[in-house]
Amino acid sequence: MKKKVVSCVLATVLTGCALQAGKPPPAPGSAVLGAGRGAAPYPSTYVIPQSPPTLIRNATVLTGTGARLDNADVLLAGGKIVAVGSKLTGPAGAAVVDATGRWVTPGVIDIHSHLGVYPVPGVQANADGNEATSPTTANVWAEHSVWPQDPGFRTALAGGITTLQILPGSANLFGGRSVVLKNVPSVTVEGMKFPGAAYGLKMACGENPKRVYGADKKQFPSTRMGNMAGYRAQWVEAQEYLRDQQEYQKKLASGAKDAKPPKRDLRLDTLAGALKGEIIVHMHCYRADEMAAVLDMSQEFGYHVAAFHHAAEAYKIADLLAAHDVCAAMWADWWGFKMEAYDGIPENMAFVDAAPGGCAIIHSDSDEGIQRLNQEVAKAMAYGARAGLPVAPERAIRWLTANPAKSLGLLDRVGTLEPGKMADVVVWSGTPFSVYAFADLVFIDGALRYDRAHPAVAPESDFLLGQPATAGLAP
Amino acid sequence: MRALGWILVALALPGQAAHGATVLIHDATVHTVSAAGVLEHADILIRDGRIAELGSAIGAAADATVIDAGGRPVTPGLFGGAGHLGIEEIGLEPTVDDYSLKLGSMRPEFDVTSAFNPESAVLGVARLGGVTFAQLAPSSEADAKGAGGSIISGQGALVRLDGAVTPMHALFVEMGGEANALSGSSRAAQLMLLQQALIEVHSPQLLLANDVRLLTPEGRRVLQGYLGGSGRVVFDVERAADIRQVIAFAQRAHLQAAIRGATEAWRVAAELAAAGLPVLLDPLDDLPQSFDTVGATLENAARLERAGVRIAFSFDDPQPHNIRKLRQAAGIAVAHGLPWEAALAALTRNPAQIFGVADRNGTIERGRLADLVLWSGDPLEVSTLADAVFIQGVQQPMRSRQTELRDRYLPKLRAHEAR
Repeated sequence: MKKKVVSCVLATVLTGCALQAGKPPPAPGSAVLGAGRGAAPYPSTYVIPQSPPTLIRNATVLTGTGARLDNADVLLAGGKIVAVGSKLTGPAGAAVVDATGRWVTPGVIDIHSHLGVYPVPGVQANADGNEATSPTTANVWAEHSVWPQDPGFRTALAGGITTLQILPGSANLFGGRSVVLKNVPSVTVEGMKFPGAAYGLKMACGENPKRVYGADKKQFPSTRMGNMAGYRAQWVEAQEYLRDQQEYQKKLASGAKDAKPPKRDLRLDTLAGALKGEIIVHMHCYRADEMAAVLDMSQEFGYHVAAFHHAAEAYKIADLLAAHDVCAAMWADWWGFKMEAYDGIPENMAFVDAAPGGCAIIHSDSDEGIQRLNQEVAKAMAYGARAGLPVAPERAIRWLTANPAKSLGLLDRVGTLEPGKMADVVVWSGTPFSVYAFADLVFIDGALRYDRAHPAVAPESDFLLGQPATAGLAP
Repeated sequence: MRALGWILVALALPGQAAHGATVLIHDATVHTVSAAGVLEHADILIRDGRIAELGSAIGAAADATVIDAGGRPVTPGLFGGAGHLGIEEIGLEPTVDDYSLKLGSMRPEFDVTSAFNPESAVLGVARLGGVTFAQLAPSSEADAKGAGGSIISGQGALVRLDGAVTPMHALFVEMGGEANALSGSSRAAQLMLLQQALIEVHSPQLLLANDVRLLTPEGRRVLQGYLGGSGRVVFDVERAADIRQVIAFAQRAHLQAAIRGATEAWRVAAELAAAGLPVLLDPLDDLPQSFDTVGATLENAARLERAGVRIAFSFDDPQPHNIRKLRQAAGIAVAHGLPWEAALAALTRNPAQIFGVADRNGTIERGRLADLVLWSGDPLEVSTLADAVFIQGVQQPMRSRQTELRDRYLPKLRAHEAR
């Protein structure tokens, strides 16, 4: 088995068969480093299943572009959104969903999940989320830890999650590469990978790295200044690595016979990718002052932070974040579970959204929270309104669709209901901003992946099969 | 010094805090959570800390401040669950975390109540969310070397969110796989240890001079009280088979027991109902977080209630910062089959009954303490906020450390918006 995989990779290197029919194209930036499949040596094998065109009729539609359409229709075909409007007609053979009284939104996107890398059951044997053996593990890739049988993927699907970013944990300054998944059942993680999605780089500010290394292991870093020095030293190395790469390419181009490729380094591959903007930087950072320092650092080394995650104090610097075009990924009301979360307030999302150019994202970091991001947003809306910062549903929906899509570099493909985008769509039982709301139907690339009335549409994890303790429960 | 004096007053005079002004809440939808059910367009007169009058068209007393509810719902103040309120200011910081004892011995006499900080900023945040009472619960933790606490994690009092401490206490026991590190690495030792503790209390004559003892003299005295039924003994246990063991033990030991966690309780619902054991559960538990909770389901609450088990809500995570979220969890239980009225009872009357304050709290009835919340809408709905909170008749300021932070930074945002 192992041998077979190796030979396949070799074949790919020799023939470039990653681009053959049935294989999705490699991620952008694949020409950069290494050979063969380049930056995409573990390509997506996700195949969009055949499904009939679907016409969703007479719904309240939140498009994710900021519009609300009442009594509107959405037509899906060929895995794409074909049309959004009124009085649409489907092609012959189209499945028709009467969504009278129901709401339709783009599929929900969670940019901060540890499903699969910290799966349930939370046994030690499956705790694969933090490579907490060194503060810099930019060489590890979350996809190599994802257990596709985590039952949490299915419960997230029942909450309308269609795309999710799986991140390494936050023990390290550089935790490693993230992976973006479509929330589809698969035996392998490759079968879930969002085709063509860029990688992310997980970084972490503050308490976690200094506790895990300084306090627990008595090693560097033990302070916030140590954290900063730790990042900067790595960026310096990455700049040198990049320079060596570029010099090599120059020599090759000039036909120099002695051109020798620099020694490849998995850690620096990732960091150099981030400096070039091909790998998207996602940074766990609670405090306003630390976020500001990180923004300075991003300018020192010339990279862009896509989003600060857990940005509990984003409301203190909403203007600064907007000026840097950085999103803040937040919880609705979590706070106080550690010192750097002590100043969290439930108006945080509304503040970030109110700043001109602000980009607010709801995120979960939790296998419970991911099941109801719609409700989390509803709470944030309520607190915002009470503070004089009302947010309409058609705008708030962007916090869980378009804005996370933007931070993943995928807004051209998902996050809104616009013709030509992937048909990732949720039909809700009513307004999604209610504790009583259910995702009734969830489509991914036009295929029905979850149907509340027919639970068998979404298969249960292998783990839960044949467990006597679940006898008497609907799957 | 002044703060300390205040704490002592609060401890010495439970339920005797300063009474607020006389208030008439006019034209409310009153969810009494009593036999009276829901009263539409009802008035509530609050005087001397209690509900003085309840009904329709109560004339405003001359001295009463009138709040026009305009039909909005009023409920009893909500329960915040059993956890670390006032004994864990922030997580991961040993100087402000007082909830666990790591002396390595069984100490039922350990009582976290004396660590309770009524001036914790966490109380204000929870109060604004409509939480008016909570049960203090210690947690046992094993340290990295496997030492630490014991499966009896200790006691805590029922507290009110104005900082008052009631005399009602409960004892907490941790069971199941999560507690293996506290019981020599096997859950089978958990009942063994409890059985030995029972012998030390009830049959000291069986002990020889050199026998190893689990309990101190004070521990024996405290445990004896609980064995006599003087307070609730709460067992943290998840797996159906383990719950069965606890039911049998509680009957043998004549305990006034309750089950907490109880993820698989729905599988033994009939037995729990027959034994009269109430259950504190987290309505959000729907994943097999461990091999003790493979049967997790969002229908746990609905199935238990249908079987006749008294349920109350309490998050598994004892961290107190977001206990205001418990009413959302109750709403989710409703979405998964629990009748709405039963969900409200699980946040009000039921926990008051379980922890021994049902004569004062948990329902809206004449003569009860005026612990009330006026809501902007359906109290279980996520878009609803508390509009007014009364504890022991005192209208609580709708301020917390969070609103102070909000209001400090709001002008900065407004200035930026205006640019």
